[in-house]
Amino acid sequence: MTAAMATAPERAATGPRVVLSARGLRRDFAGFVAVNNVDLDIAHGTIHALIGPNGAGKTTVFNLLTKFLAPTSGTITLLGKDITRTPPAKVARLGVVRSFQISAIFPHLSVLDNVRVALQRPGGLGVQFWRSVSALDALTPRAMELLEQVGLADARNRPAGDLSYGRKRVLEIATTLALDPKVLLLDEPMAGMGHEDVGTVSAIIRAAASDRAVLMVEHNLDVVADLCDWITVLQRGEILAAGDYATVSSDERVKVAYLGTDNG
Amino acid sequence: MTDLTLSRESAGAAGPLQWALLALAIAALLAAPFVVYPIFLMKILCFALFACAFNLLLGYTGLLSFGHATFFGGAAYFAAHAVKVWHWPPEAGILLGVAGAAVLGLVMGFFAIRRQGIYFAMITLALAQMFYFFCVQAPFTHGEDGIQGVPRGELLGFISLHEPLNMYYFVVAVFLIGVFAVWRIVNSPFGMILRSIRENEGRAVSLGYSVANYKLAAFVMSAALAGLAGALKAIVFQFATLTDVTWQMSGEVILMTLLGGIGTMIGPIVGATLVVALQNTLATSGFPVTIATGLIFMACVLVFRRGIVGEILARLPERHSKQ
Repeated sequence: MTAAMATAPERAATGPRVVLSARGLRRDFAGFVAVNNVDLDIAHGTIHALIGPNGAGKTTVFNLLTKFLAPTSGTITLLGKDITRTPPAKVARLGVVRSFQISAIFPHLSVLDNVRVALQRPGGLGVQFWRSVSALDALTPRAMELLEQVGLADARNRPAGDLSYGRKRVLEIATTLALDPKVLLLDEPMAGMGHEDVGTVSAIIRAAASDRAVLMVEHNLDVVADLCDWITVLQRGEILAAGDYATVSSDERVKVAYLGTDNG
Repeated sequence: MTDLTLSRESAGAAGPLQWALLALAIAALLAAPFVVYPIFLMKILCFALFACAFNLLLGYTGLLSFGHATFFGGAAYFAAHAVKVWHWPPEAGILLGVAGAAVLGLVMGFFAIRRQGIYFAMITLALAQMFYFFCVQAPFTHGEDGIQGVPRGELLGFISLHEPLNMYYFVVAVFLIGVFAVWRIVNSPFGMILRSIRENEGRAVSLGYSVANYKLAAFVMSAALAGLAGALKAIVFQFATLTDVTWQMSGEVILMTLLGGIGTMIGPIVGATLVVALQNTLATSGFPVTIATGLIFMACVLVFRRGIVGEILARLPERHSKQ
């Protein structure tokens, strides 16, 4: 807590505003330390990459930040407010929204409905069981706007499960953006994507980051080099290095870690 | 009303064909007592409503309750007691049954929704068994005898329900209201969230939905509607007995829903009709009913998992280009 308070103003003076911050984050699984002593500062208007070999604990960090897992110790603050004990749905409502490694969509709902489900929580539309679904039509223009931004407008009436893999990921990002999150956490948004889709998704992420903080796990180092302002390298649950791409890529320890297990 | 299976379309906007079929079905319901024995029809309608209420939970929320007899049978006891002992009018007795079932649903749901899958089913079963033993012991249920000779009374003080046709049309009205309630809930903004929870619970959480609250709300609604069916049955048959709170009753409603088609609007109605008709036929033949229902259950799981209506809808040409 004290460390977070010391660092946030420091960074605010020198660089972008820190939105989400973690200090001394640790998570044990039955004696195995998956994440240990991780400090992170995710700043508004930047894209922050979390990289590292397989099993380094990247997804665990994601789960901790969004409270899908409870940290064993450490603190998480959102805009200076402690959210370490806040339940996951509440964290999402506060503006920290994640995507998943496997594309998280509602396969039997239409593409349009996938986005509308995200839009219908504000205003209490989620709890209205006595109204017709046509009450959701009011959300359609905003949903279509989001779908147009990501190039899915033509597929709006198709079941989301019928989309190609790449387009499912894009839909997932559009759904996440529908919540207008303060912090967007993307777990391997490009994994398994073709070259063209990577370009599309990069552009979407860059546009999204102009007005929020983005933290992404990514294996494709070209994407990281191209897209990310700040990189944190994890290895065996601990931070190995942090800095911009030039700093991190010239770090000897990082080279060893990557050549040893995974050359990205 | 026919195209609501896991609706890929933006539901709620039924086409002219659906309205025509619905009008036809209602007309058939109104004419039926002149062709078929009304008591038999009313039994079917009560169980069909029970199955629809159960399907709200299993088909549209993805929760398998093994304790729904608690709400069906519990509401039957409450309604029967209120009408017979307290001399309440039938509509008030039924409303008490619904309220009682909702409270029981709130308690059972509170404990059960914390667990998933088989554990959820086991907790509902365990709590339903506890309620069964409560009913065996509690004085007002009269144990093995049940509450007998419940007067049907006068609806709103002037319509005698002892008149078979009056009773029948009252049952039809309650049935339609109940099914409409299920349909409305399923095709509402709230129902949309239930579907999204069933499809991908983690994603629903990550979108900020407190999934446990939604599940509990669906559980209570399902319990209340199951209670409506049970209370109605108590008025129709003029008794409430232990049969309706046994675990076999919870199993029967699963069979009806599964046989007709989980997650379809009319599947549970079809399933309930078939099971009740089968039981009535076999009751006079000497062939054990449990063996017949067991065989049907196996056939259903092995051959047509989507249920009768589900299989039919799956074979119809794709219609999601509509809208």
